[in-house]
Amino acid sequence: MIPFTYEKADSPAAAVAAVTATPGAKFIAGGTNLLDLMKFQIETPTHLVDIRDLPLTTINDTGDGGLRIGALVTNTELASHPRVKRDYGVLSRAIVAGATGQIRNKASVGGNLLQRNRCPYFYNTDLPCNKRVPGSGCSALGGISRSLAVIGTSESCIAQNPGDMAVALTVLDAMVETIDAAGRTRTIAIADFFRLPGDTPETEFALQPGELITSVTLPPPLGGTHHYHKVRDRASYAFAIVSVAAVLNKDGTGRVAFGSVAPKPWRIKAAEAVLPAGPAAVVSTAFKEAKPREDNAFKILLAERTLALVIAKGSA
Amino acid sequence: MDFTTPSGQNPIDRLKIVGRPVTRIDGPLKVTGTAPYAYERHDVIPNQAYGYVVGATIAKGRIVRIDTGAAKAASGVIGVITTLEYKPAAPPQRQTANLFGGAEVAHYHQAVALVVAKTFEEARAAAHLVKVDYQAAPGKYDLAGEASGAKPSADPNEGQDAEIFDRVGDFDAAFAAAPVKLDETYTTPCETHAMMEPHASIAAWNGDKLTVWTSSQMINWAKAGLAKTLGIPAENVRVQSPFIGGGFGGKLYLRADALLAALGAKAVGQPVKVTLQRPLIINNGTHRSATIQRIRLGAAPDGRLTTIGHVSVSGNLPGGMPEPAVGQTKLLYAAPNREIYLKLAALDLGEANDMRAPGEAPGLMALEMAMDEMAEKLGIDPVEFRILNDTQTDPRDPQRRFSERHLVECLRTGADRFGWSRRNGTPGAIRDGKWIVGMGMAAGLRLNLLMPSAARIRLDRDGRLTVETDMTDIGTGAYTILAQTAAEMMGVPVEAVTVILGDSASPVSAGSGGQWGANTSTSGLYAACLKLRGAVSARLGLNAEDAEFADGKVRSGNRSIPLAEAAKDGPLTGEDGIRFGDLDKRYVQASFAAQFAEVGVDSFTGEVRVRRMLAVVDAGRVLNPVTARSQVIGAMTMGVGAALMEALAIDMRHGCFVNHDLGGYEVPVHADIPHQDVIFLDHPDAISSPMKAKGIGEIGLCGVAAAVANAVYNATGVRVRDYPITLEKHLAKLPRIA
Amino acid sequence: MNTPDWELSRREFVVGAAASSVIVATPFLGPAHAAGGTPPHAAVPMMKVTMEVNGSPRSVTLDPRTSLLDTLREHLRLTGTKKGCDHGHCGACTVLVNGTRINACLSLAVMHEGDKVTTVEGIGTPDALHPMQAAFIKHDGFQCGYCTPGQICSAVAVLKEIEKGVPSHVTEDLAAPMRLSNPELRERMSGNICRCGAYSNIAAAITEVAGA
Repeated sequence: MIPFTYEKADSPAAAVAAVTATPGAKFIAGGTNLLDLMKFQIETPTHLVDIRDLPLTTINDTGDGGLRIGALVTNTELASHPRVKRDYGVLSRAIVAGATGQIRNKASVGGNLLQRNRCPYFYNTDLPCNKRVPGSGCSALGGISRSLAVIGTSESCIAQNPGDMAVALTVLDAMVETIDAAGRTRTIAIADFFRLPGDTPETEFALQPGELITSVTLPPPLGGTHHYHKVRDRASYAFAIVSVAAVLNKDGTGRVAFGSVAPKPWRIKAAEAVLPAGPAAVVSTAFKEAKPREDNAFKILLAERTLALVIAKGSA
Repeated sequence: MDFTTPSGQNPIDRLKIVGRPVTRIDGPLKVTGTAPYAYERHDVIPNQAYGYVVGATIAKGRIVRIDTGAAKAASGVIGVITTLEYKPAAPPQRQTANLFGGAEVAHYHQAVALVVAKTFEEARAAAHLVKVDYQAAPGKYDLAGEASGAKPSADPNEGQDAEIFDRVGDFDAAFAAAPVKLDETYTTPCETHAMMEPHASIAAWNGDKLTVWTSSQMINWAKAGLAKTLGIPAENVRVQSPFIGGGFGGKLYLRADALLAALGAKAVGQPVKVTLQRPLIINNGTHRSATIQRIRLGAAPDGRLTTIGHVSVSGNLPGGMPEPAVGQTKLLYAAPNREIYLKLAALDLGEANDMRAPGEAPGLMALEMAMDEMAEKLGIDPVEFRILNDTQTDPRDPQRRFSERHLVECLRTGADRFGWSRRNGTPGAIRDGKWIVGMGMAAGLRLNLLMPSAARIRLDRDGRLTVETDMTDIGTGAYTILAQTAAEMMGVPVEAVTVILGDSASPVSAGSGGQWGANTSTSGLYAACLKLRGAVSARLGLNAEDAEFADGKVRSGNRSIPLAEAAKDGPLTGEDGIRFGDLDKRYVQASFAAQFAEVGVDSFTGEVRVRRMLAVVDAGRVLNPVTARSQVIGAMTMGVGAALMEALAIDMRHGCFVNHDLGGYEVPVHADIPHQDVIFLDHPDAISSPMKAKGIGEIGLCGVAAAVANAVYNATGVRVRDYPITLEKHLAKLPRIA
Repeated sequence: MNTPDWELSRREFVVGAAASSVIVATPFLGPAHAAGGTPPHAAVPMMKVTMEVNGSPRSVTLDPRTSLLDTLREHLRLTGTKKGCDHGHCGACTVLVNGTRINACLSLAVMHEGDKVTTVEGIGTPDALHPMQAAFIKHDGFQCGYCTPGQICSAVAVLKEIEKGVPSHVTEDLAAPMRLSNPELRERMSGNICRCGAYSNIAAAITEVAGA
């Protein structure tokens, strides 16, 4: 961890101004991912702007039946909120499938969206990684890649987005609200928030430098039955091998997104449209362009079988 | 005392305190965070600086140069030492890898420098500024690729001069002629100990005298290892480890933290504390080697084994030892024709060395899966198949009996208590919603190793007893069973005994390893107690031969005197040790277990979750059923990890374990472990020691992974012979989902 | 691992390594280094932090990089809280901050100005054990003891989390009142790894306290 200076901001405008004013500055909220990466010098901020005093800690009705979730709401608070449990069960279930009680108590909604990938080579500063050092090469290609992405990858990066919450937000069509260095606010659809690696795997999110997530909004409830199923080697405290977030209707239609299979939560509308035809149809559509590695090709079959499980539960 | 003939009746047999469920005497310290571990000894010496280790970033080659300029100029840095400034440290006994010194890099994350600074934060940051230039060389990292060139190798448990090949009868002819046979290859991966407390040491010099507060299972090995690597007399080294946050074999040997703390403290002229950062431990330290095991079983149609063949290949650094994965196969089952041996391949991964139940753990993962397969081929129940092939003598030498062997009772008791009769031998027959349910079992054997062990016990004026020995308590319960032993021998309550462990100033014990600790360290204390009883009797003018120590008093004839009276003119001390004769040559001494598991396999995703577990253990006298049970359930938990998730992933290009932290190397969590039942048979073993106990810490692991794996097969009908059984290995073969 | 593709890539690497034989260590750190940016090693301005630790106000002047964990262990010398991994992978560092459990290794001390921190030393002492500590002893819910302070802090917090209606991964019905069951307890405790494998006994200890 390189030396840094530290300050607390008291408003979103002050926070973005502070980060913009200092080269190498970063926001910090829960810090559960950032500090981990700073210890390895994968992240090397020279200045930290602590945003936890910002008034972004509440969950409010939006007026149209949806919810606005402050970026600083903790994962635990969000999963425990009565309206989230009642109307957005997929979100509550996705959150509690992730990490541990301790980490969820600290991690914020905004920070969760911004968690970096978990490719083992990204974490090993002895070896090249295009995300860490652009142009240095991808060690995962030809390496250990069982946990990594099977689709949406490029020759420069095959890391997966490991999140749980983001997969649920993706099926819910959440919107990410931000404020930028000039004080302008904007709204980014969750589908556009995560970037595929292409030639620039170091840029994982659709945020500009100094731009701050202020809230996440959920559209009015979808109804249906809500499911989040996470598959992993051990029963808890592990990243997904594959996860499925789904909201299913009685008529067999619904929404579905897959986690830990791609550099972003993987939701393909054309695949969703064939939900009534069953899991094989959905997966063959969603993963048509897949380029798995030898050691993670099983994820496609696993995605199909996990979706089958979710559909079986939904129709039970 | 010399223990050369089986023990007769002795004071331990009263079992007033030994054998009772005494809760841990160190429990109040541990549950309140007041038990001090190595890195926490702020109290022992002032002015401790922080060391941070720099590991090699290549797996094999030479260091060309090291630039420490930027690191030395960084804030707070007191000094930097590099491997180029030292001659290669001579590896201590039983160790292979060079811990520090010289330009050669023999494995990834070998220590190449230590940065010492005023704070941990400064040391860590400056460590990233050390620039090392390497000349990389190609290395060998793939056991499968090197297996064909592997050389037959002696079993380290039997000594370097032991016969390499265990050949009995005519294996080839008998196997060829066997009516029913199995010839399969099983693989187990590299595993890591993953104890919760990282390796850590504080070192301080006083002139040429060194004191190291460290986390070591074997105080005397740490002391000898430091003396050898530093080139100083052993009497100049003091080592203390009163509390050890787990070891499982990973802390048997001197590691880089202790050596670098000592070198760093010398270099900067002040005490230095060093912990191995978690992401360094796995590649820098030792690991359990992967194995490739070919097993050939032949049997008559009635189920009697006619042949057993078992060859295991493992890897290690040049000069290292093999994983002795065939040891149990030499002893577990009768069969007149046998061919059993080890092979070793040279690899350039880190040092392979002992991990809990070295040999037996991976060996039984293979053998007991093969037995399950063979039982199915024969159409015999797996429990009955094992009972049918039990032996009461060493299959290599029918004159050599087992001291005590009650494996059959373990199997029958376990089958009864687990409800084995409800198992359906047809895989996949039992459903519970989405789950396919299977039951599996396995037998286990682990040698009862004997090591000399000494202790000192002092009686003070106030009647309190103080036990001193360099024995360690790595979670095994050594503090408690030593207190129980002293209390039983001297006729006082446990509360009257203070136990001081883990200090090299105390008599040398057996230490904690090879599941010998409990049996041998209490036996050493037993010998010291006999000395003290003699001294007490002499002081009180009593006849030592018939003196009875009970209820805080010494009785002889018609006299009864409070024990404390003996020390009223000054403390009395008894010091002695136990030295074992050849009873382990004349008899096979081992612990036995029958392991049972029930698993559910998610019929959609292939995930395996354990539902019930039972171990029935025959390990001689149980000194404390509370701590003994904990040893067994802990081992069963580790066995679940071995069966289902634990594997070091090797990058064959870079020669490193990729998942080198507790996030990447998954061990079981709470959610993976159901309630576990343990039953101990009560068969004291008078041939083992005066305590009549045997090893427990490792037998609990023996057979567990195979029992789980066999249960998975019983659920899925898919035989996965490549551990761990992760879902992708059977997913595509699971029944189609309706 | 012995596929033709793999063999090819290994040969290429070996040849490559031999041809360009000098490799410089650690060239792959994060952006400030890659850019040759800020010389990171000047002395840093220290910061004063005041927290209430186990009921007592404690002030300490720190390098801002200091984690809450190292502040407790190295500066306040409250070594009951353990460092098992320093990366949020084990839970040995679990403490309560304002009544909520967190990993002290993944938090900077400077972010805890004014917070109430409770460590295992504040939960009970050898002479005045908390019921959870007593239950751990009774049920032998530990072996080496290193994860134990974190397990106990978590266990105390888990019971409160259930009371507050925080759901878990195994909660069947999100709308129903939360109840402690064996699967709930095991899931909620899963952020605390015990390599000695005392889980079955820890579950017994917590169940007893929860039922009391």
